[in-house]
Amino acid sequence: MTGEREIGMTNASATVLGADEIILNMGPQHPSTHGVLRVQLKLDGERVVGSECIIGYLHRGVEKIAEHRSYQQFAPYVDRMDYVAAVSNGLGYCEAVEKLLNAEAPPRARVVRTILTELQRIASHLVWLGTHALDIGALTPVFYCFREREEILKIFEKYCGARLTTHAFRIGGLQYETYDGLEQDVKRFCQDFGGKIDEYEELLTQNRIWVGRTKGVGVLSAEDAVALGVTGPVLRASGVKWDIRKAMPYAAYDQYQFEIPTGSNGDTYDRYLVRMEEMRQSRRICLQAIENIPTGPIMARVGKVLKPAPGEVYHAIEAPKGELGYYIVSDGTTQPYRVRVRPPSFVNLQAFDRMARGALVADVVAIIGTIDIVLGEVDR
Amino acid sequence: MAHFLASSTFRQLVLPILYGVVIVAVLPLAAGYIVLLERKVMADMQARLGPMRVGPHGLLQPIADALKLLLKEDIIPQNADRFLFWLAPVASVGMALLAYAALPFGPAFQVADLNVGLLFILAVSSLGIYGIVLGGWASNSHYSLLGALRSAAQLVSYETAAGLGLVSALVWAGSLSMNSIVQAQYDHGVWFIFYAPVGFFIYMVGSIAETNRAPFDLPEAESELVAGYMTEYSGFRWALYFLAEYANMIVVAGIATTLFLGGWLRPFAGFRDHFPGTSIELLDIFPTLLFLAAAAFCFRLVPRQPVKVQKHVMAGIGGLGVVTAAVMFAALFAPPAVMAGIHGAFWFLVKVGAYIYVFLWFRFTFPRYRFDQLMRLGWRFLIPLALVNVIGAAVAIALSEQWGLPPSVSVIITLAATIAVAMWLAADGDKPAAATARAADGD
Repeated sequence: MTGEREIGMTNASATVLGADEIILNMGPQHPSTHGVLRVQLKLDGERVVGSECIIGYLHRGVEKIAEHRSYQQFAPYVDRMDYVAAVSNGLGYCEAVEKLLNAEAPPRARVVRTILTELQRIASHLVWLGTHALDIGALTPVFYCFREREEILKIFEKYCGARLTTHAFRIGGLQYETYDGLEQDVKRFCQDFGGKIDEYEELLTQNRIWVGRTKGVGVLSAEDAVALGVTGPVLRASGVKWDIRKAMPYAAYDQYQFEIPTGSNGDTYDRYLVRMEEMRQSRRICLQAIENIPTGPIMARVGKVLKPAPGEVYHAIEAPKGELGYYIVSDGTTQPYRVRVRPPSFVNLQAFDRMARGALVADVVAIIGTIDIVLGEVDR
Repeated sequence: MAHFLASSTFRQLVLPILYGVVIVAVLPLAAGYIVLLERKVMADMQARLGPMRVGPHGLLQPIADALKLLLKEDIIPQNADRFLFWLAPVASVGMALLAYAALPFGPAFQVADLNVGLLFILAVSSLGIYGIVLGGWASNSHYSLLGALRSAAQLVSYETAAGLGLVSALVWAGSLSMNSIVQAQYDHGVWFIFYAPVGFFIYMVGSIAETNRAPFDLPEAESELVAGYMTEYSGFRWALYFLAEYANMIVVAGIATTLFLGGWLRPFAGFRDHFPGTSIELLDIFPTLLFLAAAAFCFRLVPRQPVKVQKHVMAGIGGLGVVTAAVMFAALFAPPAVMAGIHGAFWFLVKVGAYIYVFLWFRFTFPRYRFDQLMRLGWRFLIPLALVNVIGAAVAIALSEQWGLPPSVSVIITLAATIAVAMWLAADGDKPAAATARAADGD
């Protein structure tokens, strides 16, 4: 027990405090804990000497609910985990069940899935950028980010009628054909968006205060990142070139050319640069994919009642926040025996204490922002 | 009556009291409208509209806000020190208002022309920190306490730098009386911002930090400390803190205007070209034209208002512009003292507004400093630079008075030296990046 606790704060809630130390409780109601995260900080002045994340304030028992729903019925629930990237959640779940069924979505469906998922990645990163900048005190970028995100949400709305929790995909493919003009909408957005990213970078990248607030803050070494199971942009900023889209391609990613940006210092500034570059790469993927959407069916023949053979499957995708995995056990009935989600936010949050030690209170909000957590996904 | 108006009782007793009452009555309203202005400017920079619901273009929003705050429940935390909790916002506002006593809004509009006016304002506005520290301490909350501690440390650091920045203009003025400082700029024929640009820059940075505005709003950093020292305050006590903050903004803008921007002087105050056949100066017609243009803008918006009431209100605001323009125009024909009073107040307020606009602009553009970075900027950049700048100003005066160089030449020589020092200091500040910053303030 003590071995594990060395990373976390020893006896955070106990009152074993030095003369100069205080316990500061941030959250669950706090402007910049991104939802209902509660962080207990042991402070020496403003310096963090220990921390503990207390989670569970948004626990809804999503995994348990799965055991009492049919495979199709559970699909909309996964949208409520990482609710700023609902499309990615849906993709992961649908592909996992397809793997369990030994079915495969038709090529057209796979390309449309890729386009929408990449748009969702951009939207998710835009929310991250806006709130992260807001936490660090830059009040303006958040409005620009949401302006662009709005365009993406409009595309989602036109496609499936929902903006946030979209339930855009079905097990076996897509329910809806693309609407007339999807290609033009996506193309127009992508063409405009290149300049918009430059606009954000103009506000922040070279800004002395921004650089001062992010460089060298919340450093996570590559070894620590791997040891803690961190994935996604946080891992890549530490210099580990690991992206499931390249390593184990799913959807239609093997058809497109894109780079995996990596950082070298593993600090908040590198994570910022990595995510900015990821948005550019997502835009690149969308532009490639929209040029050539194959024709054909959008739904594989999976049947109305899904009854996978007994067995288990693990399928992971590269969600905007990291590796989003679904482990599904089937007992041969219409309802899953067990669904276990590997949420990137939850795993990445474990690196928080390693990043926050020795930092100041002001850095703590920067670090929470840079991990890019969504509490719906942490607590499930 | 005329006899009474000219008497010293009137000038020394009745008039100052009258001014004081006007300031105390108008200031909350002005602060409210600065808040509205801030929200509108912010909205403009953030590609949105800002308050639009209460009155046309949200023009009645401040009044609605004030009413709401008055009616809110007054909560005092259980373990708070009740007396200090009450005292703190009152002290904050009291000190902010007191500073107005020596602030000249125009040659005629000043409560008291103290011979140590600047010193008085600085002293009184420094006392305002007690309101913040006491409030943070009395709330019995960790967030408040951290905010108060930050505020105390920040004020001590930046007041030094800002004060030294002012000195570089003071050596040119040779007086601490606010009136004489403006008069000195008239005599020199140039605003002191041109004699002491570095001093102005230092004072501007320092004054942002003193008023706890972004990017130095650490004492109330929302994303870190919720609301800092005023976390536990609600309702009208909170409004008092807010009022103090905006009142202080006007005070620091007033100081900067008086010392660096020529106070109530018109731009090109020494330039006199009369309309043929009259004693009206050409440039004095500008305020009238400005208000007429504003009125025309309002009238143009009238047909676009959706509701009849809003049309009327918009037209009323346009009418107000016309009336103000008329007053400005009538002042041209009034006795010189009245004319100088009215137009002086206009120019003073315009400059104060411009200074505050820059404050707002900074707020929406820059991220927030971290505490150790703030301290480093203060102690390792601003204060050394301010010291060098004071020496530079002294050398410039010596050059022009002893050696007979024209002030412009001596200022340029010393300015070059000061900027070289500034570059060196900035480069030095970059070197110890995050690593030493952590070690340094760990002590």
